[in-house]
Amino acid sequence: MEENHVAKAVKALIIGGSAGSLQVLFNLLPLLKSNLPFAIIIVLHRRHSADSSLSDLLSTKTMSPTREVEDKDVIRAGHIYLAPADYHLLIEKQESFSLDYSEKINFSRPSIDVTFESAAEVYGPSLVALLLSGANEDGTKGLSQVKKAGGTTIVQNPDTAQMPYMPHYAMMHTVIDHILDVPQMSHYINNLR
Amino acid sequence: MIEDEDVELLLTDLLDIYGYDFTSYSKASLKRRIVRLVSIDKFPSFAEFRYKVRTDESYLKRFVEEITVNVTEMFRDPSFYKSLRDDILPVLGTKPFIRIWHAGCSTGEEVFSMAILLKEAGLLRKSLLYATDLNPSVLEKVRKGIFPLQQMKQYSESYIESGGLKDFSEYYTANYGQAKFNKELSEKIIISTHNLVSDSSFNEFDLILCRNVLIYFDKDLQDRVLKLFDASLGTLGYLALGTKETLKFSVIQNKFKQLNREKIWKKIM
Repeated sequence: MEENHVAKAVKALIIGGSAGSLQVLFNLLPLLKSNLPFAIIIVLHRRHSADSSLSDLLSTKTMSPTREVEDKDVIRAGHIYLAPADYHLLIEKQESFSLDYSEKINFSRPSIDVTFESAAEVYGPSLVALLLSGANEDGTKGLSQVKKAGGTTIVQNPDTAQMPYMPHYAMMHTVIDHILDVPQMSHYINNLR
Repeated sequence: MIEDEDVELLLTDLLDIYGYDFTSYSKASLKRRIVRLVSIDKFPSFAEFRYKVRTDESYLKRFVEEITVNVTEMFRDPSFYKSLRDDILPVLGTKPFIRIWHAGCSTGEEVFSMAILLKEAGLLRKSLLYATDLNPSVLEKVRKGIFPLQQMKQYSESYIESGGLKDFSEYYTANYGQAKFNKELSEKIIISTHNLVSDSSFNEFDLILCRNVLIYFDKDLQDRVLKLFDASLGTLGYLALGTKETLKFSVIQNKFKQLNREKIWKKIM
């Protein structure tokens, strides 16, 4: 990948998704190599319930260690992290997580914007942010910040998204580096360094 | 764009001028709150914002209110309250007198939830609930015991999910879009400002609840506060934290034992 020649090594991939994203993850996660040299952080809009079974479900789709984040967890390469329901997920400078129970953003908690913006500050050019299917405007402002900080922005191809509004809104309002289908996503992610 | 150095300067000002110590708060969350406040209050630059905070004591009040997160609800995480009902209150009920501390209680929704549980267990008469927060204006709301009526539908559902058997509306009087909770509940609530960062232990408790407060602190401050809780708990007392908070890897973890899947620990030594 030419564009990665000059880029700094990737430290984190953050995947944000809303309605219609779970199926994408079920298809994508099994295609990803384990031991990728960066952390994968997933922020999904979900119903208000503290049920932790989603991380159990996701972990059946991958060989990588997968867990729902607890406050101050240290971020490790090769691991997959899921934002807990009903908290915003923030990243600290020392590459650990913080949770925040402040007001909803874009009617959402966790808000994808919050995590994208926070990660952009910490990781700068070492961040890749991927926005999936959804019927909400969450994620677009965050992607702008990722781009501004030198990171890479990707959206799911709206034509193949169950809910095209979210990736499409991002394409209309900020600079997107790549527009990918699921098989292209796995290829792209597996070759990120 | 606000730089980390700007935030550090502001935090030093707050400590030097007013004695408010935010230096050990989680930086990511704190900075986000500051950026948000500068934006809602339309300061043209960070320098002007800092000047206002330094020189205007009435603005400081607003600063503290807006920087701290005061979002809370009644019976949040019903399974947690169910465990309080089923596992904790029967044990506390054997004591002649029950002291409970809600540390960082914000506007008090959890305190009133607890008072309802005590009432239903027949223990309210011999209980005292200490509600503390660093922010005096949220405590004013606890004192009034008035919450928005529109929330009651959801609170009632959570109450039922927590094992509540009554008609939730028995606990308040609805008026002008507000729900005022019964005096019987608020009579047992003692309200005081207390800053977990700088104030010390002030009593011995049977149960301390501090849910979704530690998430705003860095690891070192979390440890300091947990030591404060340890010092404020009687033997076999209980400590309850938020669903994503833990005693694991903390300085006091060996003195406590987690009860069940809920974030409730018993002090064992």
